Amino acid sequence: MELWSAGSLESSAISSDDESYDTISTDVLIVGAGGAGLRAAIEAFDKGAKVLIACKSLLGKAHTVMAEGGIAASLGNVDPSDNWKVHFSDTIVEGQFLSNWKMVEIFAKEAPERVLELEYYGALFDRTKDGKIMQRPFGAHSYRRLCYIGDRTGLELIRTLQDQVIKRGIDYIDEVVVTSIFKDPATGRVAGAMAILLRSGKLLLIKCKAIILATGGCGKVYAVTSNSWESTGDGISLAYRAGAELMDMEMVQFHPTGMIFPAGVRGMLVTEAVRGEGGILTNVKGERFMEKYDPKRKELSARDVVARSIYTEIMEGRGTPNGGVYLDIRHRGAEYIKKRLPSMYAQFLEFAGIDITKQKMEVAPTVHYHMGGVRVDPETTETTLKGLFAAGEVACGLHGANRLGGNSLSDLLVFGRRAGLYAAEHARSATIGSISEEDIEKEISRILAPFKVTNGSNPFELKERVAETMWKYVGIVRNEQDLRKGLEEIGRIRLEAKHVQARGPRAYNQSWEACLSLWNMLIDCEAIIRSAIVRKESRGAHTRSDYPKKDNANWLVNIVIKQKDGQMIHELVPVPKIPPDMEKLINTDEILVWQQQEKREQLLVRK
Amino acid sequence: MSLRKEERREVVLRIFRGTGSDRSKDRYETFTVPYQKDMVVLNAIHYIQSHLDSSLSARWNCKAGRCGSCSAEINGVPRLMCKTLVDRYDGEITVEPMKAFPLIRDLVTDVSDNYRVAKMIPPFTPSVATDHVWRMYQEDVEKSQEFRKCIECFLCQDVCHVIREHKAEYIGPRFVVKAASLDMHPLDALNRSAFMKDNAGLGYCNITKCCQEICPEHITITDNAIIPEKERVVDRHYDPLVWLYRKITYRSVKQNAKQ
Repeated sequence: MELWSAGSLESSAISSDDESYDTISTDVLIVGAGGAGLRAAIEAFDKGAKVLIACKSLLGKAHTVMAEGGIAASLGNVDPSDNWKVHFSDTIVEGQFLSNWKMVEIFAKEAPERVLELEYYGALFDRTKDGKIMQRPFGAHSYRRLCYIGDRTGLELIRTLQDQVIKRGIDYIDEVVVTSIFKDPATGRVAGAMAILLRSGKLLLIKCKAIILATGGCGKVYAVTSNSWESTGDGISLAYRAGAELMDMEMVQFHPTGMIFPAGVRGMLVTEAVRGEGGILTNVKGERFMEKYDPKRKELSARDVVARSIYTEIMEGRGTPNGGVYLDIRHRGAEYIKKRLPSMYAQFLEFAGIDITKQKMEVAPTVHYHMGGVRVDPETTETTLKGLFAAGEVACGLHGANRLGGNSLSDLLVFGRRAGLYAAEHARSATIGSISEEDIEKEISRILAPFKVTNGSNPFELKERVAETMWKYVGIVRNEQDLRKGLEEIGRIRLEAKHVQARGPRAYNQSWEACLSLWNMLIDCEAIIRSAIVRKESRGAHTRSDYPKKDNANWLVNIVIKQKDGQMIHELVPVPKIPPDMEKLINTDEILVWQQQEKREQLLVRK
Repeated sequence: MSLRKEERREVVLRIFRGTGSDRSKDRYETFTVPYQKDMVVLNAIHYIQSHLDSSLSARWNCKAGRCGSCSAEINGVPRLMCKTLVDRYDGEITVEPMKAFPLIRDLVTDVSDNYRVAKMIPPFTPSVATDHVWRMYQEDVEKSQEFRKCIECFLCQDVCHVIREHKAEYIGPRFVVKAASLDMHPLDALNRSAFMKDNAGLGYCNITKCCQEICPEHITITDNAIIPEKERVVDRHYDPLVWLYRKITYRSVKQNAKQ
């Protein structure tokens, strides 16, 4: 079977209650084809494993395409003093000491190799004058560290990896929804997964030795988000339901700058590169308010700081009439803006009719990234379930309480590669486990249930309600009362969600997919809210108005969520202690060294 | 114009409905959705799914013009639904699936043939070793970078009359752009002109520039990719001087081999 055409158009349609399924086998099943999934596929394949990629959208459309600003790696092409140690320190410090230090060490050390490798694969980065990969400044990175291609770095990354996957002839099926992970009842190891081929509506059982989750984040649980339709946290739910542990679920990153109008694109990302290239934030009075909140780093402070500052300005009545603040890049001049920020220029012109070379942008925070996710081993990316691996946004442990811009793209490559490597290794020694008929039947009846409901609720409508609830009660500044209200409302929606209905035939039925992703989202939401209630302090992206201070004495812990007897429970696990030789590398004062250097250079020029 | 916008309270859409497995039931259905300032066609589709008919199928992903999933024909013109303001049109808006591809359901078409074509293109092959840091210069990478803006929405494939008529023979504008992006990589070793001539069917393109006009990423497909690729083919295969040179060198190689 040519897999790329699996699930394509066939002569006859299947009836909505058809419980039959096809079966295929592979060594490593990769769920998701964004940066992490594709990089994992390349590595696993090169290590000799039989690989199958299954992704929810068409190949090459994953959320990675929307990454704009760049990929962080301490190549030191622009600032020669940069090295992995400073990158390590920046990541630990801005993660508010919640990250797994080992994961950060691996990440900072391996990121440069992964970027160069991308260039060897055929990616074309912007260049320095001496022909090396160009690097730009970004929030809370001490040096100019983000390698980029204008403001469409993610697109180049995904296309390059996609080409490598095609070149190797790696099997993939796109527009397929993985609904559940099966375990071998005897060993408790991963044995396969159930999937729906969206285009035909047929069911597919995939037997395998290892699964890599590369499903991305869960931004769609919020009403205002920069995330695409896929980001419904399917991987988190798949892992949780299979018995793996989740961690740091309360840590949801609000990107400081999202578009606020037109209403149809509310939340669409305005890249941090705008600030990296010199963009200035002002309130309605014209004050450059970041001077007040972070006089040293101003607009290039960490994302949680900038997002909270904008939120405060708006809440205290200094926002624009549209409910945002201004972001101004006009002083850079039209030519510079069009060259360095071409997509931003086009985005504002086409969607809002605003020429950013002549007019100010209006922005407000938007949900952007989930630092929390599936708990993984820092070196192998294996989850707490044998044979299940996770990489990229779905995994957890690298970014702590706040992710730095540009660190996610290098995360995809570093840990995507490691996931592929160790999953292939696991597959070499493992055999394909057995899956019980009962488990399969149960799953099929679960996923076909929405076709049996009559007069049921509309899943699209319920998804909107989930997103509004989270935005209202579990937003950028939280408190116990609101969080409890949010939890209750999610509980009510869960009851209604038992009777969601899929309408129309099985082929390309989005209402059916919406039913399944709604159920996944409800699990994600419950885990986020429960963790947010538990963490009684403010740290990084998690801000509690009832506990406004950071509390290192009590809360240098990760909140772990798991299933016990069908109930969601939590556990507090101390953050792994950083060994003294690594601790020495951490410097909390030496922030934005390059800015000081640039000032010095400017002074020298003037003299 | 602005007065009319303020007065507008609703948008009427006439949407194609049908299933690929049974084309006898093809039909158009009309939906009326509330108007919102600066709304795009995709917003209207989402409103229909949430409030009027959840069985409507339409492929979409990023809703930000970045992924190229929501391609459709709007009042007969291939466009991205997420970037098409309803204010462009005065009356009823007709939304149909792309016609160059087989129908799956409603607005969703089977574009998998494009992925078959993608496999044909000779891949990036570096001309230098990967054991050292590569040097390339901004002015040299920029040519290729233009083509790398492509979001694979396949609107250019849809609008291309050559594809509609000679599907099997011509790879289409998207993949000429792809080949050009590799050919113009400063460190690519391959010459794809034989492939472009013999396998890609480049000769079929008669430069009507339809693709260039509808590209949502504003890639100058015809002028910067197709024409230079055609010129490469001509230079390599039809240039009399090159032809003569090859003949001579080929003969001398053969003679050398004999000796």
